[in-house]
Amino acid sequence: MSRSTRSLDLRQGHVDMSHGGGGRAMAQLIEELFMEHFDNELLRQQNDQAAFNVAAGRMVMATDSHVVFPLFFPGGDIGSLSVHGTINDVAMAGARPLYLSAAFILEEGFPLADLERIVRSMARASRAAGVPVVTGDTKVVERGKGDGVYITTTGIGVAPEGARISADRAQPGDAILINGALGDHGVAVMSSRENLSFATNIESDSAPLHTLVAAMVEACPDIHCLRDPTRGGLAATLNELAGQSEVGMVIRERDLPIREEVAGACELLGLDPLYVANEGKLVAIVPGEAAQRLLALMRAHPLGREAAVIGRVIEDDHCFVQMKTAFGGTRMVDWLAAEQLPRIC
Amino acid sequence: MKHVDEYRNGRLARAMARAIAAEARPGRVYRLMEFCGGHTHGIHRYGIPGLLPDNVRMIHGPGCPVCVLPMGRIDAAIELANRPEVILCTYADMLRVPGSRRTSLMQARALGADVRMLYSTLDALKIARENPGREVVFFAIGFETTTPPTAMAVKEAQRLGLGNFTVFCNHVLTPPAMRGILAQPGVMIDGFVGPGHVSAVIGRDAYEFAAREYAKPLVISGFEPLDLMHAIRLLIRQLNEGRAEVENEYARVVSDRGNPIALDLMDEVFEQRPSFEWRGLGMIPHSALRLRDEFAAFDAEQRFALAAGPVPDNKACECADILRGLKQPQDCKVFATACTPDNPLGACMVSSEGACAAWYTYGRHRKRRRA
Amino acid sequence: MCLAFPARVLTLQDAAMATVDIGGVRKEISLGLLEGVKAGDYVMVHVGYALSRIDEEEARKTLALFAEMERRFGEDGGA
Ligand code: SF4
Repeated sequence: MSRSTRSLDLRQGHVDMSHGGGGRAMAQLIEELFMEHFDNELLRQQNDQAAFNVAAGRMVMATDSHVVFPLFFPGGDIGSLSVHGTINDVAMAGARPLYLSAAFILEEGFPLADLERIVRSMARASRAAGVPVVTGDTKVVERGKGDGVYITTTGIGVAPEGARISADRAQPGDAILINGALGDHGVAVMSSRENLSFATNIESDSAPLHTLVAAMVEACPDIHCLRDPTRGGLAATLNELAGQSEVGMVIRERDLPIREEVAGACELLGLDPLYVANEGKLVAIVPGEAAQRLLALMRAHPLGREAAVIGRVIEDDHCFVQMKTAFGGTRMVDWLAAEQLPRIC
Repeated sequence: MKHVDEYRNGRLARAMARAIAAEARPGRVYRLMEFCGGHTHGIHRYGIPGLLPDNVRMIHGPGCPVCVLPMGRIDAAIELANRPEVILCTYADMLRVPGSRRTSLMQARALGADVRMLYSTLDALKIARENPGREVVFFAIGFETTTPPTAMAVKEAQRLGLGNFTVFCNHVLTPPAMRGILAQPGVMIDGFVGPGHVSAVIGRDAYEFAAREYAKPLVISGFEPLDLMHAIRLLIRQLNEGRAEVENEYARVVSDRGNPIALDLMDEVFEQRPSFEWRGLGMIPHSALRLRDEFAAFDAEQRFALAAGPVPDNKACECADILRGLKQPQDCKVFATACTPDNPLGACMVSSEGACAAWYTYGRHRKRRRA
Repeated sequence: MCLAFPARVLTLQDAAMATVDIGGVRKEISLGLLEGVKAGDYVMVHVGYALSRIDEEEARKTLALFAEMERRFGEDGGA
C-alpha cells in the first residue's frame, strides 16, 4: 500500500465521508489506526477475511452490536465493551474464544481523537483477553445519521467435546450462582449521563469472563446453563432461563450481592437493581451438589471474589421466578414491560 | 443507608407479622385501602401480603397520578408534542402510557415529536432558556408532592420573564379523591393507610374528615415495609377498639400542618378546578388544580387550543369496583389476558403502581382470595 | 406515587441548593421548599426538591416502638 504523505491528524481531525469511501483516506485510516493498534499476524496479511485452522471441538459463534451513550463511562468505553461483550457471549457456551471481528459504523464529523481512544481501548482489551481482532470493516454515515460510533463484533471459539451448556437444561434441584455484585455497569453508565445528574464512584464491571468460565467448566463439566445478565439485568436472564428450561426459580434477596452505592442510586432513580445491566457477570445453573465446590472455585478467581449462591431451581408449570425478600415475604420477579426508566412515582 | 435499612429488618418483620396475627380477630375481615400507589408498590415489592393473616386484605387505591390520568389528557399531551414548535417535557413515568389511539409519547417521539424526559422542573426552565425559538411545555402530573416543584418553576419562569415556557397542568388532590371513593355506593373499606409524602406537604390534619365524617380510621404511613406493617397493625387496633382516628406512623417526616412554604406556593400559583375526571373513578369535584389567572401566561391550556376531548375506558374494565374494594384484579375477565402492563386497557394496569399491574408483576404466584 | 428518598445534606451551595448523599451517591437538590436546613440534616427528596426534614427524635420514637414490639413478639420473646 502506498503511504500517504501526511499522516492522520489524530488530535484535531474528524471522520469524513472519504474515510469510508474505499480510497486513499480509508486505507490510511485502516493502516494508521486499526492496523497500528490491533496489530497481529492475521491482520497483517491484509486480506478481506482471516483464514485459520481450528482445534477439534464444537465451534461457537456469537455477534453483538454495541450502541452506548455516553461512549465513555467510568470503568470502560464502547471499545472495551464491544470486546468483552462478545467474548462473554462465546464463553457462555463453555467455549474458549479464539478470534474476533470488528465492524465500525462511524458518523461523519466524529473526532479522530475519540476514535483513537476507543480503538486503543479495544486493542488493550483484546490483548489482555488473548483474543485478537483478525478482520474488520469500516463504514461512514452522514452527520446526524449515527451516534458517533457503533461497533459490531463477532467472535468464534471452540467448546470442549461433551460440554452441553444450554439455556434449556436447568432442572429442579439445581443451584443458581452469580460471580459478583449486580448493577454496577448500568449505574456507572447512568451516572455519566449528564441529565441524570448524580455522582458515584461506581465503575462498570465490564470484563472478559472466559478464563473464569474455563476454570468452572474444567471443575464441573456438568454445568447446565451459563448466561451473562446484561440488558434487563438478572431478572431478564432468570426469566429467559426459566422459560427455556420450563422450570421455576426461587432466589433469596438476602444473598444477592449489591453494593451500597448501587442500592443508593436505585433508590434515587426509582429503579430495581435486579433489572439493571451488568457487563462482567455470569449466572451459572449447576447441579445442586456441585454448588459449594464451584462457589469456592469462583471465589478464588479475580472475577468471582464476590460470587454467591443466590437461589435454586424448582418445578413450576408457570415458569415463574420468585424471590424471598430480605424482609421475609415472597414476590415475583417478572420480566420488565420495557426498558427501565427513572421513576418519580 | 440510614432511615432506610432500619425499616427493612427481616427479624422485626417476622415479629411484626406475629403481632398483627395476634391482634387481628379471626371472626372478622379487615379491608384496608392503601391510597397511595407507592404503598401498593412497596407492599408487593417486599412481599407483605404473604406476611398478613388471610382476613387482613389490602385494597389498592387510586394514588398513582399516572394511572388516574384520563386518556383524553394523554391525547392532549401527544397533540401538543406533535406541534412542530413544541418541546414537551415530562417525567419518565408518563412516556409509555398509551392514549386513546394506543399511542404514547414514546411513540410520538419515535415519529419525530420533540419529547424530553425530566428529573426536576428546573431542567424544563433550562431547556426553555436554551431554546428561545421553541415553545417548552411541561406536562405536569402528580399529587401534592409534585405540585410545589411545578409552582416553583412557574414562579421562576415569571421572575426570568420566560415567554416560551408553559405548564400543561394535571395536578390532582388527595383528600377530595378519598372523599370521592368514600362517597361511592357500596364501598367496602374499613380504614385507610394514608399517603406518606403527600402528607409531608399537606399535613396530618388534612385527613380529619375521614375520621369525622365517614368514621374511617386512617394511619399515615412511611414507605418502608416496617412502616407499612406498623400502620396496618395500628389500623387493626383502631378497628378492634371501635375508634376512627387519624394517626401518624410517619411522624419523622409528616407534621400536623405539613410544609408551609410548599402550601403557600401552591396556593399562590394554583386554584381548584370545579371538577376533574379520574380514570377509573369518574368526575370528582374540586379534585384537581389549574393555574390562577395571574399566571395565565404560563398555562398551556390557554396558550394552545387543544382539540383532544374525553374518551371512555374499555367496557370490560373493573377498575371502578377494584378501587371500591368490591373486586380483585383476578376478577376481571381480561386481567393478564387482553390487559397486561405491555397493553393496559384500564387505569389499574397503567403503571407498576396500579392495583392490577402490581398483582400482575409481583403477585401472580399467589393463590386467589375471595374479596 | 411520589417516590422520595432520605438523604444526608453534605454541603449547602447557597440558600437554594445543596449536595446530598444517599448510600455514597451524591446529588444536587433544591432547598427552595424548606427553611433552615443545615449540613448533616437528613431530608426527604422528591423530584429534585427537599420536601421535609427528617425529625431524628420522632425516628427514634418509632424505632423504640418497634423494639418494644420485638420484645413481645420476637423470636425469643414472650406472647
Ligand atoms: S385488568 Fe385491566 S381492564 Fe381489568 S380491571 Fe385491571 S386495568 Fe381494568
